[in-house]
Amino acid sequence: MKGDLMTTPDLGDLTCKEVVELVTDYLEGALPVEMRQRFDQHLTGCDPCIVYLDQMRQTIATLGRLPEESVPQNVLDTLLEHFRRWPRERG
Amino acid sequence: MLSPRTPPAVTAGSELPPLAVPITSPRPDEDAELVDGLKCRDEAAFVTLLERYQGQLLRLALVYCRTKDIAEEIVQDTWLAVIQGIDRFEGRATFKTWLFQILVNRARTRAVKEGRSLSFSSITDEAEMPGEPAVPPERFRAADDPWPNHWALPPHSWGESSDARLLAAETMDLVNRAIAQLPPAQQQVITLRDIEGWTSEVVCNVLEISETNQRVLLHRARSRVRAALEAHFDER
Repeated sequence: MKGDLMTTPDLGDLTCKEVVELVTDYLEGALPVEMRQRFDQHLTGCDPCIVYLDQMRQTIATLGRLPEESVPQNVLDTLLEHFRRWPRERG
Repeated sequence: MLSPRTPPAVTAGSELPPLAVPITSPRPDEDAELVDGLKCRDEAAFVTLLERYQGQLLRLALVYCRTKDIAEEIVQDTWLAVIQGIDRFEGRATFKTWLFQILVNRARTRAVKEGRSLSFSSITDEAEMPGEPAVPPERFRAADDPWPNHWALPPHSWGESSDARLLAAETMDLVNRAIAQLPPAQQQVITLRDIEGWTSEVVCNVLEISETNQRVLLHRARSRVRAALEAHFDER
């Protein structure tokens, strides 16, 4: 037990510097149970790490919303041409 | 004692290696009906598959070759291989895994030809090299501080309106640029996992990397994109 943490929120034994490197394993559900508990324990007392975790979640959500490209007509035409020439029976 | 060898799981062209993580149990394939249609030469099924996967294939191909013309050629070759190989596709892996393995193999071959070698082992090599920290060390308190390695310069919340700001075209451009600057293996993993929304299992199969290495690459890539977004939001 660290003396200087007595009057402040208990952040457990992980540092913020360690937490930011564990964020992906945490979100992926890849942390061993005991480590996950230490991670959660840290979060209960550390607002900046909650913000950090939230920013990672927002980053992932943003990546999932990048616009999709559609198939250009000329590509579609070329491929369909090949498709139509494709023999029904092989060999 | 020797265990019986598992035959290669994919059949689209003899150059394909077996899956890194064998898929042992049958699973529902969302494309099963379209694949049946394709085997019966149903043009509508082919067009639906094209529309479903073309954008994803192109995005991944671009990770390997950077120029759009070559990426489009690789994607076109991939579809031709699908047409030629679909009769031999047995559904041991999902169609999607099979399709992307064809693309990855073609893209790698092409990258090697053009001197942009991304060999099978280089993804693992990149994951196993020490990477940059997720957050620069100077943002944490010094070792002799009463709170060593806790935030000195903490991140600021992106705020209530962050959703609209994150979706702005300007932000999307910034994210695309941040991804383009990542090392190739990180680009591949973040593209497949977070942009395309694949599961880690499928990504590991297609890229032939371990779960651990996949997570390392994903972590570095996400950390860099988050940092780019943070820099963008903080300057306003």
